[in-house]
Amino acid sequence: MMDVLPYAVAAWILLVGIYGVVTSRNLVHAVVCLSVAQSATYVLLLAVGYRRPGTAPVFSDIPPDARTPTVDPVVQAMTLTDIVVGATVTALLLALAVQVARRRGTLDPDELRSLETQAGMSEESEPRG
Amino acid sequence: MIVQAALAVPVLAAAVLAAGGRWAPRPVVDALAALAVAATAVLLGWTLAEARHGTVVEWLGGWRPRGGVSNGIPLVADPFGTGLALLVAVLALAALVFSWRYFTEVHAAFHALILLFVAGMCGFALTGDLFDQFVFFELMSVIAYVLTGYLPEEPKTVHGALGFGVVNSLGAYLTLTGIAILYSQTGELGLAAIGGGLDGAPGAVRLAGFVLVVTGFLVKAAAVPFHFWLADAHAVAPTPVCVLFSGVMVELGVYAVARLYWATFAGADAAPGTSRSLAVLGVATALLGAVLCVAQRHVKRLLAYSTISHVGLLLVGVALLDGESLGGAAFFLLGHAGVKAALFLGAGALLNHFQSVDEDELHGRGGTLRVTTWTFLAGGLVLSGLPPSGLWAGKSAMETAAGHQGWWWVMPLGLVTSALTGGAVLRVWLHVFRGAGRPARHAHAKEGKETSVTLSAIPWTMVSPGMLLTAAALALGAVPGLGRALASGAAAFTDGSGYAAAVLHGVRTDVPAAEGPHLLEVKHLAVGGLTVAAAFAVAAVGVWGHLLPRPLHRVQGWTRTALAPVRAAHSGHLGDYVAWLVAGVALLAAFQLPWK
Repeated sequence: MMDVLPYAVAAWILLVGIYGVVTSRNLVHAVVCLSVAQSATYVLLLAVGYRRPGTAPVFSDIPPDARTPTVDPVVQAMTLTDIVVGATVTALLLALAVQVARRRGTLDPDELRSLETQAGMSEESEPRG
Repeated sequence: MIVQAALAVPVLAAAVLAAGGRWAPRPVVDALAALAVAATAVLLGWTLAEARHGTVVEWLGGWRPRGGVSNGIPLVADPFGTGLALLVAVLALAALVFSWRYFTEVHAAFHALILLFVAGMCGFALTGDLFDQFVFFELMSVIAYVLTGYLPEEPKTVHGALGFGVVNSLGAYLTLTGIAILYSQTGELGLAAIGGGLDGAPGAVRLAGFVLVVTGFLVKAAAVPFHFWLADAHAVAPTPVCVLFSGVMVELGVYAVARLYWATFAGADAAPGTSRSLAVLGVATALLGAVLCVAQRHVKRLLAYSTISHVGLLLVGVALLDGESLGGAAFFLLGHAGVKAALFLGAGALLNHFQSVDEDELHGRGGTLRVTTWTFLAGGLVLSGLPPSGLWAGKSAMETAAGHQGWWWVMPLGLVTSALTGGAVLRVWLHVFRGAGRPARHAHAKEGKETSVTLSAIPWTMVSPGMLLTAAALALGAVPGLGRALASGAAAFTDGSGYAAAVLHGVRTDVPAAEGPHLLEVKHLAVGGLTVAAAFAVAAVGVWGHLLPRPLHRVQGWTRTALAPVRAAHSGHLGDYVAWLVAGVALLAAFQLPWK
C-alpha cells in the first residue's frame, strides 16, 4: 500500500491540475493549475528514486566504508532542473496573461473565444460578391 | 568539440547581445547575430561532413562510458540530426536577414532570443539523452512563447500565445512523466542506454513510458488532436518567427518521435503499435489540415494549417517504419522548410506593405509587389508538388516505399493534401496578386486606408531570402546525389543497434551507402503533373466558384455546414484544447495496446 501511495498521489495531482486547466474561468488560474500539474512530476521523480531505508545522498556526511544506502541523487537533480524550468514557464505565461488582460480587458477564456472569427475568418466567404 | 562549439556559439552571442546590445547601434547588433548564426551553420556543416564517416559522439564534461555503461550525457551527431540542426541555422539566418528592415523598432533582445531559440532547437536535435531532450524542448518552447507574444502582429488574438504556452508545457510535463517512468525501470536516461534496459521491463511500463514521452513530441509536431495551438500561435507571432516555427520547430517534433522509436524502442520491439498509431494520426492530421487550409482567408493561418497538413504526411512517412520512406520524409521536410519559409516571408511583405494579411481585404492589391507575386505563384506550385521540387521528390519516395508495404492509400492521400494546400496558396495568388474573380463584399469599405499606406519599394533584404529559399525548394529534387545521401542518412538513422554501438562503445562506422529513390519514372512525373492540375482546379473553384452552375453552389453550402463544427472546435478556448490533448493521450495508449 505504502509503495503505491506516492505514485497514486502523483497521478492524482496531475489529473487535478489538468482538470483545473480544462474548467478554468480565468487564465491566471489556468497557469497556476498548470504548475499544479507540473508538481506531479516532482512527486513522481522523488518517488522513483526513493530507497528504503535510504538517507540523503550527501556523501560528505557518510563515512566511506559505512555502506549506508542512499536515495537516488539523479532524480533529485532532475527535480531541481524541473523546478527551474517550471518557474520560467510560469513567469512567462503570467507575463503573457498580463498582455492579454491589457489588450482585451478580460481573462475569461469563454469571453476570449472565437479566435478564428476575429482573425479575419470570413463567415460569408464563398459565394463572393 | 565541434558539436559543443556549435551549441555554445549562439548561446554566448545571445549573452553578449542581451548584456551589451542596448548600447550598440542596430547594424552592429544585426551583424553580430547574423555572424553568430552563420558560424553555427559552418560548424554544423563541418560536423555533417564528419558524420558521414560515422556518428560523432561527444560526452559533456568528458564523462565517457566504460564497458558500455554510461554516467555521462552525450551529444550525438548523426547525419539526420546534424542536417536538421543545419536547417535550423539556415532558416534562422534567413529570418534575421529579413528582420533587418522588417523590424525597425526591435532592439538586441529580439536577436538574443532568436539565437537562444537556435541553440535550443539544435540541442534538441543533437542530444542523445532523454532528460536533456526535455530540457532543450522546454528551452525552445519558452523562447517560442516569448517570441510569439513579443510584438504580437494581432493584438486581438494575443491569447493564442498563452494557449500555445499552456498546451506545449503540459505536453512537456507529460513527456517528463514518461521519462520518469522509463527511468524507474531502466535506471538510465540516455536514448541508447534506456533501449538496452527495456528488454526486461513490464509491458505496462513500456506502454505508459512510450505514450507519455511521445505525447509531448506530438504536441510540438501539431498532430491531430494536439494541433490546436499551432494556427493561433502563427497568427500572433511575428512573421520572421513563423519561418522558424513552421519551417523546422514543428518538424522537430516528428524527428523526436522517430529518434525515440529507432534509438530506444525498436531494438526491444517495445512499442508494437507505433506504426498503427502514427499512420492514423498522420492521415487525420493531413486531411484536417488540408481542409482547414482551404477554408481560410487569413493568409498566415492558411499557411499554418498547410504546415499541419504536411506534418501529417511526414508522420505517415515515419509510420512506415523503414529507411526508404524515412529518406523520402527527409526530402519532403527539406522542401517544405524552404517553401514554407519563403511563403511566410511573402506574407510578412504583405503585412508590412498593406497592414493586412486578409485575402479579401487584399483582393487585387498585391500586384505591385513583383517578387512577392512570384513567391506566391512558385510557392503554390511547389506545395502542390511540382517536379522537381523537394516535396515532389519526397512524396514520390514515400509512395514507392508505401507501395512495397501495400499501403496503397498513401498516393491518393498525398495527392489530395498537396492539391488542397497548393490550391489554397494558388488561390491567394490569383485573388491578391492577379485580382482574379469578384472582390469580396466588404472589400470596398477598406479602400480608404490604401492612400495612407506608404508605397515605398520593399528592400532587397526582405526579398532575397524568400527568393533563394523558393529556388532551393524548387530545385531540390534535381540536386544530384541528394536522394542517395538522404537514403544513406535514413539507413543510419533506422539502425538502432548501430546508434547504440556508436554511443555506448564508441564504434565509428561509415554511413552505409544506400540507393537513392528512382524519381525519374513516368509514374512519379505523372502523379506530379496530376497534383499540380488538381491544385489549379481547387484554386479555380475558389476564385470562380460563383460561375459554376447553381446545383454546385448547394454543394458548397453543404461543405460549409459540414465544416462548421470542425471550425467551432478551433475556438481558441484553452480548456477545450487541453481536453483534446487528454483525449489524444488516451487514443495513443489505445493504439499501443496489443489488439489486431
